[in-house]
Amino acid sequence: MDLARFIAKRLLRLVLTVLLISTIVFFVIRVIPGDPALLIAGIDATPSDIAAIRAKLGTDRPLSAQYFDFLWKVAHLDFGNSMISEEPVTALILQRFPLTLALAVLGMVIGTVIAIPIGILSAVKPWSAWDYVGLVMSQLGMAIPSFWLGIFLLLVFAVKIPIFPLFGAETLASLVLPAFSLGFARAAILLRHTRASMSEELSKEYIIAAKAKGLTDRMIKYKHALKNALLPIITVAGIEFGYMLGGAIIIEQVFSLPGLGRLFLYAIYQRDFPLIQGGVVFIAIVFSLVNFAADVLYSVVNPKIRLE
Amino acid sequence: MQCRNIVKIHRGRGVEGERHGFRAVDNVSIEIERGRIFGLVGESGCGKTTLARAILYLDPPTSGSVLFDGVELGSLKPPMLRKYRKRMQIIFQDPHSALDPRMTVYDSLSEGLINIGVDKARRDKKIRELLDRVGISSTYSRRFPHEFSTGQRQRIVIARALTMDPEFLILDEPVSNLDVSIQAQIINLLMDLKKDLNLTYLFISHDLNLVSYMCDVVAVMFGGRIVEQAPTEALLAHPGHPYTRRLLASIPGGAGRF
Amino acid sequence: MDESAPLLKIENLNVRFSHRGKSVHALRGIDISFYKDEIHGLVGESGSGKTVTATSIMGLLPRPSAEIISGSVFYKGKNLLLMPEDELRTYRGRAISMVFQEPAKYLNPAFKIGGQIEEMVMLHMGLSKVAAKARARELLKLVGLGRDGRVLDAYPHELSSGMKQRAMIAIAISCNPDFLIADEPTTALDVTLQKQILKLIRTLKNIENMGVLFISHDLGVIREIADRISVIYAGKIVESAGKESLFNKPMHPYTRLLMLSIPDARHRGRKLATIPGQVLDATSTPEGCLFAPRCPLAEQRCFSLTPELVEHEKGHLAACHFAGKSWNL
Repeated sequence: MDLARFIAKRLLRLVLTVLLISTIVFFVIRVIPGDPALLIAGIDATPSDIAAIRAKLGTDRPLSAQYFDFLWKVAHLDFGNSMISEEPVTALILQRFPLTLALAVLGMVIGTVIAIPIGILSAVKPWSAWDYVGLVMSQLGMAIPSFWLGIFLLLVFAVKIPIFPLFGAETLASLVLPAFSLGFARAAILLRHTRASMSEELSKEYIIAAKAKGLTDRMIKYKHALKNALLPIITVAGIEFGYMLGGAIIIEQVFSLPGLGRLFLYAIYQRDFPLIQGGVVFIAIVFSLVNFAADVLYSVVNPKIRLE
Repeated sequence: MQCRNIVKIHRGRGVEGERHGFRAVDNVSIEIERGRIFGLVGESGCGKTTLARAILYLDPPTSGSVLFDGVELGSLKPPMLRKYRKRMQIIFQDPHSALDPRMTVYDSLSEGLINIGVDKARRDKKIRELLDRVGISSTYSRRFPHEFSTGQRQRIVIARALTMDPEFLILDEPVSNLDVSIQAQIINLLMDLKKDLNLTYLFISHDLNLVSYMCDVVAVMFGGRIVEQAPTEALLAHPGHPYTRRLLASIPGGAGRF
Repeated sequence: MDESAPLLKIENLNVRFSHRGKSVHALRGIDISFYKDEIHGLVGESGSGKTVTATSIMGLLPRPSAEIISGSVFYKGKNLLLMPEDELRTYRGRAISMVFQEPAKYLNPAFKIGGQIEEMVMLHMGLSKVAAKARARELLKLVGLGRDGRVLDAYPHELSSGMKQRAMIAIAISCNPDFLIADEPTTALDVTLQKQILKLIRTLKNIENMGVLFISHDLGVIREIADRISVIYAGKIVESAGKESLFNKPMHPYTRLLMLSIPDARHRGRKLATIPGQVLDATSTPEGCLFAPRCPLAEQRCFSLTPELVEHEKGHLAACHFAGKSWNL
């Protein structure tokens, strides 16, 4: 199959995913008890007040009409206005998103820089010091929750030894600790995948053939095996990056960073339905886009595209 | 056993090489007389196995009919078809995947017998007899497949096929994975069984030499079609189709070598 | 160099594999000489030690499970088994090269065919990138893949299995090796393709004057390709002779039984010969002839006295007490 058809297929899947998630979000919010109109109006509102708010929110219309209206707007990236601040949800999200994205990207970079080289080395030299370092790191990474690591890092590197700021997001330095807490946990998983993938490739027949060709050890490991080993890692990294965005939301709390996480948390506290809806769908879109990008990248890099 | 105009069209299932609407078996008609060994020879992908599966209605043919003992299999309802299918058994190339690794030999062999309601005493007797018949000591019947060699496993698979008292056996490359000395034992066994139990075989192989040794009639399959069919001697002496000639010329070491 | 001297010589090679406390005697004193411009067929059943012989020559035995107990492999007066890895590496692919059974697995899926040839000639022959590409093109032409330039830029999965095997052969001969090992190179192929590959190997041998070790379980294939044949049983060469001599007058009962166990159209209905009993348990090391427990001719001395591989007729060696005498099975 050619690349164009592949991309088209994946795009279709992306659209379907977003549609499905939008649908779920829409209905789940309407199933949860608690009429937003009542909430906004307060206890001493008259029925007419409430009706007015309902009309404003559009919740007085039939569910199907609301649903299709919602989908139509989602298609235009219009999630309505926040019930609290009355600003457009999209604008609110886009305002906060760069910080979260920067955090996730930096976390990804830190995670990759830790995971891939150690993963490769521990596969190439099993039972060596590298392998043990890798093993301990992946255990720790999976066992320690990132928010705990964040608090710990804050205590050590911002309070005891103040090299990094305690909060705020004014400089890149302020992102280092949160990005590290975020990246470390994901690095654990990436490291395991890298090690497994690399050792699998090293045990394959073409490695024997490469030895029979008289290639140097370095060529065999870091050219022949590595290229094959990194291919599946692209997909894993894509998924990891998606998680990273989700994880950023918690880490933002720990480090008091004004990113998407705080925005959504407030939205949930205040039952700001349009904002919650918009936030979930937005994250879903970003997540799908990242996976889509990873898939496309994978198929471009991998000559042997295995499609379905 | 008759096949008339069998066609099997694969609707592109994404399996490599299978294009949309690929005719894996294209208008094949064969007739196998009772008590004969009918050889079907061809290279990988020629449609041999697809034809075998179509004959047994494991994968029903897209069109055409299969007559077994004068009865058209396609016209039978599932319970009747199952009854007929018992009389026709198939043995595949790979005895490793044919046996459930978690079932003992005894369990594998008794499964079918339990299904048709044979009581335990008769079951045990039958299994003992069949294992002896294929050269596996019945004291091994409580062992698992992995405790046997490949050749022994193929014997067990043969014994399992025989539990149903079949009249017709399809042998799909039954000795291809075996060493020559083991291959010879299995072939001898198959020849003895055929004689003793008055079986009819459809013998499928890529090895023209082996097929000519075993079979009374040979059909050469290429690209889903039977390109030539003749009694073995005639086929070897006067191959008519260029592909048959090519196959003959490709027998390593030459035909009639040892 | 003396033309009659062997190009490569294996002497008394003993190899043992240890796995989970179990020790398997894979090779029990192999002796073979390979000559320039000759295809030497090594035939035997699975587990007989064919591939271990090949990997021993290449220095590719899996470590640490494999252990060379004794023996030597001489190439140009040097014992390859004693050679440090760094030096041996310069022989692999350059002087001694290998073709494997399943090209789909032994070609690297992530690199183009051209690149897989180029890296080798650049490393061993010091060619520039441009010269390497030209060499790759020339080689592909030589193995019959040159009709269009497509194969050069193709990935292995884009080629048919026959083409893959041709590509692997092109890689193996890229540095004009003196000696080529082909380990069941046609076993995974259809018969018509097999015929073509066998022909190709023969042609290439003639062009390059290589010595070839051709390994197969199939006596028919061996008969088709080999000039000289060695029969291996339980890690030992039991018979070695020129092709005509071996097929006309096999001296070892095992060789004879192998031949008789192959079905043949001319003998339809006749029972095939079988070899009674089981292949020798590789964990044991019995006295005497290893084939004795299965041999119809065996007598008392066969179980105590090990028959040596000796020349009974010119160029015809056999390791059997009955060799050189007339016998019937």
